[in-house]
Amino acid sequence: MSDIKYILGSFGDPDEMMHGIEKLQENNISIFDVYTPMPIHGIEAKLGIKRSRIDIAAFCFGITGTCCAFALIYFCAVIDWRVNIGGKPSFALPDFIPIMFELTVLFCAFGMVLTYYASTHLFPGRAPRVMDLRATDDRFVIAVDAKDNAAHTVIDGLLKDAGALEVKYNERKYISYE
Amino acid sequence: MSGHNESILREPLITGDNITYAKITDDILMPVENKPNKAWWIGFTFASLGALLWVVAVSYTFWNGIGAWGLNKTVGWAWDITGFVWWVGIGHAGTLISAVLLLFRQNWRNSINRSAEAMTIFAVICAATYVVSHMGRPWLAYWVLPLPNQFGSLWVNFNSPLVWDMFAISTYFSVSLLFWYTGLLPDIATIRDRAVGTRRKIYSIFSFGWSGSVKTWQRFEAVSLILAGISTPLVLSVHTIVSMDFATSVIPGWHTTIFPPYFVAGAIFSGFAMVLTLLLVARKVLGLENYITMFHIESMNKIIILTGSIVGVAYLTEFFIAWYSGSEYESYAFVNRSTGPYWWAYWMMMTCNVISPQLLWFKKIRLSIRATWILSIVVNIGMWFERFVIIVTSLHRDYIPSSWAMFYPTWVDISVFVGSIGLFFTLFLLFLRVLPSIAIAEVKLLLKSASEQAKMKQIKEGHENKEYVAEYIESLEKFDSVKQEDYAKI
Repeated sequence: MSDIKYILGSFGDPDEMMHGIEKLQENNISIFDVYTPMPIHGIEAKLGIKRSRIDIAAFCFGITGTCCAFALIYFCAVIDWRVNIGGKPSFALPDFIPIMFELTVLFCAFGMVLTYYASTHLFPGRAPRVMDLRATDDRFVIAVDAKDNAAHTVIDGLLKDAGALEVKYNERKYISYE
Repeated sequence: MSGHNESILREPLITGDNITYAKITDDILMPVENKPNKAWWIGFTFASLGALLWVVAVSYTFWNGIGAWGLNKTVGWAWDITGFVWWVGIGHAGTLISAVLLLFRQNWRNSINRSAEAMTIFAVICAATYVVSHMGRPWLAYWVLPLPNQFGSLWVNFNSPLVWDMFAISTYFSVSLLFWYTGLLPDIATIRDRAVGTRRKIYSIFSFGWSGSVKTWQRFEAVSLILAGISTPLVLSVHTIVSMDFATSVIPGWHTTIFPPYFVAGAIFSGFAMVLTLLLVARKVLGLENYITMFHIESMNKIIILTGSIVGVAYLTEFFIAWYSGSEYESYAFVNRSTGPYWWAYWMMMTCNVISPQLLWFKKIRLSIRATWILSIVVNIGMWFERFVIIVTSLHRDYIPSSWAMFYPTWVDISVFVGSIGLFFTLFLLFLRVLPSIAIAEVKLLLKSASEQAKMKQIKEGHENKEYVAEYIESLEKFDSVKQEDYAKI
């Protein structure tokens, strides 16, 4: 038993999986993570995961874009080289707005998505850390750390009671490494 | 997601019985995991020949300059800008489906957003090549960027809509690509975990190591929503700025304040038509009738009626204002448009964009796949003519009658245009082969609430209002993928 690192409860139905999470929590068994092929609404609250703060990051990146665009245009068109176009003012704010808007969107989108990739450790070529290959297909997988939770038979029973189609005992954390 | 059922009055978004999560994956990945069929090869052969023509025609333009086109000193902008606006407009439907419909919680977008977004990206690529090749000296294309001129520090003119357009189109393209790719990550991971050998290695690189853990999904949803929120004003701004390329000039026929909303409506109109052109074929060839249902087709047709009618109102408004403004130049431009030497192009535009989409008010036409497909092509022809009419008829009668001219395309003009269609279809067909054409994870979300089998279960449980059930069953008549006999006994 000591070689077992993770116990996986593999469910075929998201509602049964949610039930499984409740069961485990009622028995004070800590859940390492849950892997699903689609987003499950309401799971964050159950697992005590805080609200994502990515929206704050998005706002900061966006406002940086606005300021950069304004600074660029103001420097080029007002400070560095004023072009006399029919005697009109160089500091023509309404004309600045389209580019300020576009760069706000550009900075916000790229800043936010790159923050997302960084915080979730997503980048091209990263070795996938997968515990169950069917978790991206049709299985909803609850992973329990076997070292922290000693009562393996209890876990097995709880998962099966909740409707797990299969309970796996993985000796390696991630099976996706060759 | 669990615990409460969707109203029985809503049409199902996934039809068929015995649909499971595994079956959704299998059905959608069928074209990706198997060798392509004959239909794909035939399509691909024609499309890649078209793309080859495009390479030849664009190279010829690069080598010889834009003198290779039929432009003259009066009509200095013709098929190039027509093609550009046409393609950018087509691209708009993808963002509309992925962003605007997400904000409005229109769940039917889930099964069409992926291919519509792919279409956006390929259409913007086609549009961008027109921008570069119409510059004449494309190797100096970087001059549109705000770089200090080597002869002094003269910058680009930030008051010019053409400079705004450069920022708008490049932002639009890159943000759409980012949105599309981020949405693809979970689906690429699905392919990765089912593949073996080299295939797995390749998809592994492109999946960015996606695992599907709780936090990944939570942030993914937050990111998607914010991207939708910023893409919505972005898509509106892009065609607004494209229209300002014309509207801020003083050419009669272009100098119009209604251009921005009119162009945006036209863009959505043509984009949805192109989505239908592509998806009606893809649905049949790839066997996706259960996911792209008649409800989806009807909904898109309704958007076409709406935006087509807005475009029709815009045409009439332009005409009315040309007369009402009392500006003789403006009036002349419009009278000349409809009765001058380009009358045929004008009436082609009117017929294809204003009259024929009104046929979709008839339920029978709206629900006929063949009629819808033909109308979608008619709309795209009409929208090409709209841009041609706006651009060429406004220019061809110059201020001095001695410089009045007509525009005749050369073989290069025609080849760049036909070739760009080939390029578009080549990219789209390759996309169908290597990436899932429907967002797998998003469709799975609908299975337990909005599928036909979930609703069937609801009916069988017997808690639903009888009238509502009858209404629901009646609404199923339009579906070609629903077996009516299943409902006969209920």
